[in-house]
Amino acid sequence: MKKIVALVLALVMVLCTAAALADGIKVGIINLDPAESGYREANVKDMTDTFTAENGYDATFATATTSDKQLDAARGFIADGVKYILVSAADADGWDEVLQEAKDAGIGVFLFDRMVNADPSLYTAAVVSDMAKEGETAVAWLESLGLEEYKILHIKGQLGSAAQLGRSGALEAKCAADDKWTIVREGTGGDSWDPDEARKIAQAAIDANEDFNVIYAENDGMANGAVEALDAKGITHGVNGKVVVMGFDCNKWALKKLLAGEWNYDGQCSPFQAKLIDEMIKTLENGGTIEGLNELNQIINEEKGFDAKTITEEDIATYGLGE
Amino acid sequence: MMQKVNSRNRQGLSQLVIPLAALGILILFNLIRGIIIGDLGFFSIGTRVNNDGNLVLTGNIISIIDDASALAIIAMGMTLVTAACGGQDISVGAVGAISGAVYVRVLAAFGLDHITFPGVLAAFAAACLVTIIFTLFNGTLVSVFKIQPMIATLILFSCGRSIAYMITGSATPQLNAPLINSIGKTIPGIPIPTPIFLVIIMGLILTLIFKVTNLRLYTQTVGINQGAARLNGINPTLIKLLSFVILGICVTMAAMIQVCRLNQLSHKTLLDAIEMDAILAVAIGGNSLGGGKFRLSGSILGSYIILMLTNTLNDMSVKPDSIKAYKAIVIIIIVIAGSPGFKSKISNLWEKIHGIEKKTVSGEVH
Repeated sequence: MKKIVALVLALVMVLCTAAALADGIKVGIINLDPAESGYREANVKDMTDTFTAENGYDATFATATTSDKQLDAARGFIADGVKYILVSAADADGWDEVLQEAKDAGIGVFLFDRMVNADPSLYTAAVVSDMAKEGETAVAWLESLGLEEYKILHIKGQLGSAAQLGRSGALEAKCAADDKWTIVREGTGGDSWDPDEARKIAQAAIDANEDFNVIYAENDGMANGAVEALDAKGITHGVNGKVVVMGFDCNKWALKKLLAGEWNYDGQCSPFQAKLIDEMIKTLENGGTIEGLNELNQIINEEKGFDAKTITEEDIATYGLGE
Repeated sequence: MMQKVNSRNRQGLSQLVIPLAALGILILFNLIRGIIIGDLGFFSIGTRVNNDGNLVLTGNIISIIDDASALAIIAMGMTLVTAACGGQDISVGAVGAISGAVYVRVLAAFGLDHITFPGVLAAFAAACLVTIIFTLFNGTLVSVFKIQPMIATLILFSCGRSIAYMITGSATPQLNAPLINSIGKTIPGIPIPTPIFLVIIMGLILTLIFKVTNLRLYTQTVGINQGAARLNGINPTLIKLLSFVILGICVTMAAMIQVCRLNQLSHKTLLDAIEMDAILAVAIGGNSLGGGKFRLSGSILGSYIILMLTNTLNDMSVKPDSIKAYKAIVIIIIVIAGSPGFKSKISNLWEKIHGIEKKTVSGEVH
C-alpha cells in the first residue's frame, strides 16, 4: 500500500514538474473587482484575454477590493515563484515592503491603471492613464467647436478621485483663463458617480432658468442623468441641439448615443493595458530593455476622444466598454 | 382648544410639529431669499413642452415633490420595519439594485425594442417577488434569529450590488420606450410627473390596510412590548416578517421609478445611499427609531424636507465641495429640535414661564 502511495506521489511530482516546464512565463495578476465598473470589467477581460497559455503565459489571477488582500495575494505570488507580478493597486500606499521583497526575489513588477506611492526603482514599469490629459483633450475639442460663448454646466464626479481631479482641472483652468468660458453651475455626486444627482443638478439649473449651452459631465452615467433632465424639460441636445453634451469613459451604450447624435463627445479612459505589458515582458524575456519610460518609470496610455460627427460603428466595437 | 382634542390625536399632532415647522422654515427661508435677490422664481410653477412634445409642469416645487418620490416610498416601508423591529434595514439601496436588475432583466426577456404594458407588469411582479425574498431573508434574521436589524441587513448591504451585477452582467440596458417614460417621467396628456401619483397610490394602499385591518395596532404593540403582544395573541415574528414584505414592495416600486427615470440601469448607483436618507426621513418625521408608535405622514414629510433642502442648496449654487456639510448642519438642527430631550426642556421652560403645573402629557413623549 505504502509503495503504491509513494509511486503515485512520485508520479504526481514528476507530472507537476513536467507541467511547470511545459508551461509558459509564470505571471501573477492582481486586479480589482470586475463588478466595480464597466472600466474594471473591460480591464479584467483584457488581462485574461492577453495572458493566456496560447500566448505563452502561465497566469494566475487574483481579484481583491482591499489593499491588505492584494498584499496577501502579492506575497502568495512571490512564494509561488512567479516571474512577473502585475498589479492594479486598490490603495496607493503601503506597497514598499512587498515590492522590495519581489525585487529581492528577482521578480519583475508591472503596475497598471493605478500608481502606487513607492520608489520607481521598485517596479519595472507602470502603464497608466493621464486623467489630466483626458481633460485637456476634451477641452481642446470643445474649443475647436468655436462657439461664441461657452456657458457650461459642470457635473463633477466622485470628489477627490483621480478621474474627477484630472477632468475638472483642465476645464477649470480654461474657464479661469478665457472670458468667453464661464461655468454657469457646478454640482457633484459627492462621494459617488450617481447619475440621479447629475439629473437633479441639471434640473435645478433649468428650474432656475439658467442659460447654458454645454454639459461637461465627468462620466457617461452622469451625462446620461443630465440628459434625462434636458429631455424632461424640453431642451434639445446633441449634434443638432442647443446643448453640447460631453461624457467620459466610452461605454458602448454611450458611444451609441454619440452615433445617434444625442451626445456630442465622449472621452476615452482606456482600460486596455495588457498588450503593452505583454510586449514589455516579451522584450525582457528576449534579453532586451524597455524603452520610452518617463522619470517615474511610466508609460502613458494612449487615449482618444470621440466626436459624434466622426464616430463609426467600428470605433464602438473596438473601443466601447461593456455590452 | 387643545384640551378638546383627545389625547391620541394630540400625541400624533405633536409628532408632526417639528417636521411641519422645519418645512415651514425652509419655505420661509426660500421666500426671504427670493425677496432679497428679487426673484421669487423658486416658487413659480410653469409649463414646458418636453422633448417628446408633451406638456409638463416645471418648477422647483414640482421637482422637489417628484424627486422625493422614491425616497418617500422607501421611507414608508422603513417606517413600518422601524416600528415593528425597533431597528432599520440598511440594505434597501443594495436590495433596490437587485430589484432594478430583475425588473430590467425581465423587460429584456420580453424584448427591449417593444416594451408593452403586460411586459412591464410581469417585470414588476417578478422584481417584487425576488425583492420580497431578499427582504424576507433580512426579516427572518431579525425576527426568527433575533439578530440586531442593522447587523442582519449589513450582509445584503455589502453584497447586494454584487448580486445585482450577477443578474445583469456587464450590460447597461437602455430603456428608451414611451411606456418607460410614462412611468419615470410623465404620461402624455398628464403634466404632473407619474412618480408623484405612485407615492399617493402607495400611501393610499397602506392607509387602507391600516383602516381595514389591525396591522397598525399590532405593529405598534410588537414594537413597544413583544412579550405583551404575544400574551395578547399577536405573533411578533409574523408581524415583523410582514413589515419586511411591505418594505420589499416599497423598494421594488422605488427601484422601478428610478430605473424608468434614468432610462437605464446601473447596479452601482441605483438608489445609491438611499438607506441613510430613508432612515433620516423616518427620524425627521418624528418617529422613534426604537420602534413603537409611528406615523407614515411624518416620514413622507421627512422625505420632502430632505429633497427641499437638497434642491434649495442646488438652487443657491452652493459649491459642490461643501454642499453635504450644509445639509448636515440643517439636519442636525432638525433632529435635535425633534429629540425628546430638547422637547421636554422646551416644555419645562414653557411651563415655568406660564406657571402651569406639569401635566402628565410629558409621559407620552418617548
